[in-house]
Amino acid sequence: MLAYVLRRLWQMLPTMAGVVLLVFVLFNWVGGDPAYLLAGKMADTAAIENIRRQLGTDQPYYVQLWIFVQQIVSFDFGNAWSTGEPVADIITSRLGPSLTVLVPLTILETLFGIALALALAFVRGSLTDRAVMLACTVGMSISILVYISVFQYLFAYRLGLFPVQGWGESLGQNLLTYALLPIIIGLAVSIAPTLRLYRSFVLDEVGQDYVRTARAKGLSERRVLWVHVLRNAAIPIITHVMANLPALLIGAFLLERFFGIPGIGREVILAVERSDFPVIKAITVYVAAATMVFNLLADLLYRAVDPRVQFK
Amino acid sequence: MSAHLDSAGLWTLAWRRLRADRIAMAALAVVAGFLLLVLLSGAGLIAADWEREVAVNYAPPTFLGADPGSRALAQAQLPRATLPNAFDPLAAELAELKAQVAATHPPREKRTTLPFGADKWGHDIVQKTIKGGQTSIVVGLVAALLAVTLGTLFGAVSGFHGGWVDDLFNWFYSVFTAIPAILMILAVAAVLQQKGVATIVLILGLTGWTGPYRLMRAEYIKHAAREYVMAADAIGASSLRRMFGHILPNVAHVALVQLSILTVGFIKAEVILSFLGFGVPVGTVSWGSMLNEAQNELILGKWWQMAAAAGAMATLVTAFSLFADALRDALDPKIK
Repeated sequence: MLAYVLRRLWQMLPTMAGVVLLVFVLFNWVGGDPAYLLAGKMADTAAIENIRRQLGTDQPYYVQLWIFVQQIVSFDFGNAWSTGEPVADIITSRLGPSLTVLVPLTILETLFGIALALALAFVRGSLTDRAVMLACTVGMSISILVYISVFQYLFAYRLGLFPVQGWGESLGQNLLTYALLPIIIGLAVSIAPTLRLYRSFVLDEVGQDYVRTARAKGLSERRVLWVHVLRNAAIPIITHVMANLPALLIGAFLLERFFGIPGIGREVILAVERSDFPVIKAITVYVAAATMVFNLLADLLYRAVDPRVQFK
Repeated sequence: MSAHLDSAGLWTLAWRRLRADRIAMAALAVVAGFLLLVLLSGAGLIAADWEREVAVNYAPPTFLGADPGSRALAQAQLPRATLPNAFDPLAAELAELKAQVAATHPPREKRTTLPFGADKWGHDIVQKTIKGGQTSIVVGLVAALLAVTLGTLFGAVSGFHGGWVDDLFNWFYSVFTAIPAILMILAVAAVLQQKGVATIVLILGLTGWTGPYRLMRAEYIKHAAREYVMAADAIGASSLRRMFGHILPNVAHVALVQLSILTVGFIKAEVILSFLGFGVPVGTVSWGSMLNEAQNELILGKWWQMAAAAGAMATLVTAFSLFADALRDALDPKIK
């Protein structure tokens, strides 16, 4: 087990190196010289030289790459270009609001997805099943922008059930007032693709031999689905949820932007708008690292749920 | 004389299965209708003058009736008569210019309603939606084509040759999939700095090749060991010829299904990018830029632009997704 984890971590190194290299090439080479941007409109040569020296962009590329690696390891990316706030502070302070929305959203989405998928499995192949699947396809075709605009207009602006946007100080206040509508919208947007996916996981299991055995020994269909099928369908579901967590951190950027939630996703959008390279570089590298770690965690959980899985 | 055995090929069989699927055919008809609109508007036959201000600002749809307050606005705006200023040195030139403008752009009466309303500047929403659809659909299709071409090329080389080439491309693959797609797209958008239809196509195409790559690589590994490929090798076909002359026709259906799935995804992505302002440049209309304008109009109660853009997009994407599903089932009957 430990040997497996160590080997997987070792295998991550080349991938991580690739990510660092890709981000470096994108921002330090394709992105061009930031000195002109930073020096402002009326820049003289001395000021530009000074900025280059401070950022290290007057050094050869291999030195710049080494600076970048040091920044990643020490979690010190210097200050954001636009606001002067330390990048490390930006990331740590934006993580909380993002998680306030994402943790409840992921839990609710997974629970609803599983319950609905199993309920659909009872009536698989029927008209209800096909109608729900068609409704899912239609629901997935409507842009997330429309969901957010319309829900925000209707529930917050017209009906006044929720604040239109904003963010408070305490966790309880945020969770109960400001994060509520974003969570509901996130649920409405994600339930269709989730249900489609989970339904396919469940239906993959329904045809298996052990299901026939369970039915043959006289178990009710309800027990077969909710106990036997669910435990097996849980394996791909857990993998899916775990592996998608880091991507979700960025994926909620539209919700965060519309509702003024100071989270990671909104920070990425702001950084792209202001060409604030250090912020984007830092977030990209750390999210990529998190994606790899969570993939490993998903595999470990896989083992916990399914004892048949052996690590090689 | 050899008797020609007429056995249906993969594509004929798939087409037969598709023909039998009524939902798929309806979806195909809708998609074909949208593509026809794109072609017609691309050729300038329809929606060419969508930028003409034909109606008053925010003219409502005809079925709602005209806004009573808009009557005065609808009057032809005649140039206001001003007292001649004897000291104006440019008076003669200005008068000439005004006469020219009046001759080429005669003041017209603006309409108070349009079939599906007007936007802030009085553009016809129906024409604007068609023009916006042209941008969004072309971006989606071309970007998907680029992504599938790259994925097929990499997958073919990687799966056919194996060894260190395969390792190299697999490394690329794991690097690209470690970064979430939307973050990758935003990072490239931040670096490229220039807006334009070509830029979005590049961004989406260069970041979207991983899905087709994985599938095509698996297909090439499978097919490279088949007898017909070994036979081709035995008669001296070069490896390029075996890869693209012999194997590709047998695995092209996988690429086609990927193309239709990616097109749907990229149309959605273009809409979000354009909405955020990282997509189409100012002056180009797409469904994303329409939704961006419509978001503010909604608060004023002018819902028609959002309804038009969202409705058109949802219709196309639903039809395209249903068709892609049916296409996959028809080309790969083993799944069912």
